[in-house]
Amino acid sequence: MEGLTLSEAEQRYYCDLFSYCDTESTKKVASNGRVLELFRAAQLPNDVVMQIMELCGATRLGYFGRSQFYIALKLVAVAQSGLPLRVESLNTVKDLPLPRFVVSKNEQESRHTALYSSDADNPASYSGVIPPPPGRIQVKKGSVSHDAVQQRTSTDQQESTSPVVSPQQSPPTSPHTWRKHNRHPSGGNNERPLAGPGPFWAPFSEAQPGSSTSSDPIWSGHSPPPHQENWVSFADTPPTSALLAMHPASVQDQTTVRTVASATTTNEIRRQSSSYDDPWKITDEQRQYYVNQFKTIQPDLNGFIPGSAAKEFFTKSKLPILELSHIWELSDFDKDGALTLDEFCAAFHLVVARKNGYDLPEKLPESLMPKLIDLEDSTVIPVISEVGEQTGEVGYSSSPAEAPPSKSPSMPSLNQTWPELNQSSEDTAIVHPVPIRMTPSKIHMQEMELKRTGSDHANPTSPLLVKPPDLPEENKMSSSVKFTAGNTVTDGYSSSDSYTSDPEQIGSTVTRQRSHSGTSPDNTAPPPPPPRPHPSHSRSSSLDMNRSFSVTPGQQQAGVVAYPPAVPPRPQPSQGAGPHVHRPVDAEGLIAHTSTSPQQIPEQPNFADFSQFEAFAVSGVNKEEDDEIETHSEVLQVEKPSDSASSLRVAKADGRVEDKAPANVPTSAGKGTTPLAPPPKPIRRRLKSEDELKPEAEEHTQKTGVIAAVLASQPSIPRSVGKDKKAIQASIRRNKETNTVLARLNSELQQQLKDVLEERISLEVQLEQLRPFSHL
Amino acid sequence: VPVSVICSPPQNYPLYIRSVPTENELKFHYTVHTSLDVVDEKISAMGKALVDQRELYLGLLYPTEDYKVYGYVTNSKVKFVMVVDSSNTALRDNEIRSMFRKLHNSYTDIMCNPFYNPGDCIHSRAFDNMVNSMMMQVC
Repeated sequence: MEGLTLSEAEQRYYCDLFSYCDTESTKKVASNGRVLELFRAAQLPNDVVMQIMELCGATRLGYFGRSQFYIALKLVAVAQSGLPLRVESLNTVKDLPLPRFVVSKNEQESRHTALYSSDADNPASYSGVIPPPPGRIQVKKGSVSHDAVQQRTSTDQQESTSPVVSPQQSPPTSPHTWRKHNRHPSGGNNERPLAGPGPFWAPFSEAQPGSSTSSDPIWSGHSPPPHQENWVSFADTPPTSALLAMHPASVQDQTTVRTVASATTTNEIRRQSSSYDDPWKITDEQRQYYVNQFKTIQPDLNGFIPGSAAKEFFTKSKLPILELSHIWELSDFDKDGALTLDEFCAAFHLVVARKNGYDLPEKLPESLMPKLIDLEDSTVIPVISEVGEQTGEVGYSSSPAEAPPSKSPSMPSLNQTWPELNQSSEDTAIVHPVPIRMTPSKIHMQEMELKRTGSDHANPTSPLLVKPPDLPEENKMSSSVKFTAGNTVTDGYSSSDSYTSDPEQIGSTVTRQRSHSGTSPDNTAPPPPPPRPHPSHSRSSSLDMNRSFSVTPGQQQAGVVAYPPAVPPRPQPSQGAGPHVHRPVDAEGLIAHTSTSPQQIPEQPNFADFSQFEAFAVSGVNKEEDDEIETHSEVLQVEKPSDSASSLRVAKADGRVEDKAPANVPTSAGKGTTPLAPPPKPIRRRLKSEDELKPEAEEHTQKTGVIAAVLASQPSIPRSVGKDKKAIQASIRRNKETNTVLARLNSELQQQLKDVLEERISLEVQLEQLRPFSHL
Repeated sequence: VPVSVICSPPQNYPLYIRSVPTENELKFHYTVHTSLDVVDEKISAMGKALVDQRELYLGLLYPTEDYKVYGYVTNSKVKFVMVVDSSNTALRDNEIRSMFRKLHNSYTDIMCNPFYNPGDCIHSRAFDNMVNSMMMQVC
């Protein structure tokens, strides 16, 4: 064969064609179906084809080498252009149009024509695909398919001749059928990464009923006949007949097989083409076809096809059940056992693709996804599953028409329920109301007042704050200036948070207390003071003690708030409140004072000052005397603001207790055993009883927290005084609660204080014992 | 080392069995088979027909050696058995429950498929994927 010079377009085209025909990639195209199909598609007379084959040497060789193939193609072109077939014409004929091969399927042709509209330059279309042969005549689908069938069966080139003739008749009828798929092949071809000819030929091969000649190696595994048969059987359904009807004219010699084949081929091509696009897109034609099919099963387009019917339908495609099962899984998007129109189209599409040799995807391609409203609801599936589970599996297969529609609405609703279910109700944490501070503030005020009075032995009205400097100085354990010390201590205590210095003060207080207890029977009246009308006897007693302590505070060590002496003077305890457990111990008394003071405090209008209350709590036990308390309250109230910050420390409370003690002491001393104002008394009583009842040994921290909380809450409590009864009662209740809490805290603090004081005493004793030695 | 098995009554033959580490599979198969007895026992113990989701989950059937076996039965008496490594202490009961729930859902989906005949072995790819992902999650 002389050298063959091909133009670029021709080169490309031929290359594609060769690749297409070279199914086995052996670079040698045997006279297999594809080649024959190709030649048949050339729509040349059989003899011409034979001639071409002879010329190209294939006949000699028995196969089509690449060169032979190219030559053959060129000769085809020559023949198609009407030129005599001459070997010489291969190179002589210039500007020979590309050989045109009519695809049996209209769609292919139209596809190709559309794609190959431009000469050789079809970048967009098939990847490097053969330039569109200009005049692809739509071979009669039936004929071609028939030919293909015949080819398959006979695998004889000879057969190809006859079919070649017939095609011409089909085109008119098929176009519309193929139109649907027009786009597919092209699109599919575009997408297909196969060699150029691949996509191009795919549609072409589609023309072959089920023939696995579908170009692509993908299909290599499929045997045409079975497919065809499948399609044939499949085509038993109306669609096929419809197709057949489309090609009545074309079916000249065509047997029903052919028509069927054509139909199936059409279907296949359609499907295939549809699968080309992107590559799973459904063309309009295909979709229309699918819709028609859907209608045959389910007239209502909005209805569902039951699983059984669908199964029947798709079984006709003769695909393995496994594959059908997989297709179903993919297409039944809502997993309801029934197919909507979209799902059906998707399934049909997948079936077509599968039949054409495309592997089923693992996931449903996007283009096939049913456009359901619930599509985006991933919860649909689980919901449906749940529903299905609940309703039993019966629901799935039954009443697709009713069930699915109901399911659709139910799906969203179920979906909605999911988020609802998932919603966790948030219950705002119920904040436990903190006991009201009214009590504390009052107590505080009382304590402050007491302190003041105590300090004011010399200066009753002097604000405690005034004496801070004194307090530190008076922190020493001494018995005399307890009052002042108490005051100073109180002041110092109230003014500063330095309860760290309390230990010393405590110690001093302890000593003072002791001394006091020894010296000032009246002031340091044992916690169980003389009978007091108020239950806050403990307070009085503590108050006395506080008073006594308050005297000593003056001698307290400097720098230390005279807490010990300033133990909250609890008027009630000092005044002979009932024998408090606290009383026996000065600290206890102080604590008791503390506990009682809170009781007094609530009564007081001023609740703003927790600090004061704390001071009171420490020392306020002694504030049994209302007068004192009141005056104290006044002062305390004044001082409260200043003390609030500092005195809020429960730890300070210890010191405060001491402070209060001295404060109370002077207070009580000043006022004697004058009971405090009536309002506080009842409270004191309660508190005292509570104190008595409550164990002293309680967690200090708890009390601290409680007191702090209580004190903190106090300011916010508006004065019950002046409000209507209910408010007052409410406030009373709150006060009681606060009292209880404070009383508890007081007892605990007093206990602790007592312990600390004892330690301090022991230490000091040791120190003194050691001192002589140090001097040595 | 989770192994999932689904068995269907009344023949109690496995419809589906999958294990992650492919060694010692036989041992797991045997374990599952023996655990079926325990499952049956629990089912019969339930007695009445009130089977709700809660009761479907049978819980830890029995811990043996170094693995635990969990059971789950559906309304249609399809049994799910899961074997997990005892060393997998991170696996809590809730997780097992959720896994069973997923299995159940997937199984239901398979049932929906008209091409699936109840009693056939399960070849669904989706089901496989789900089970694989679940087991990967556990491992």
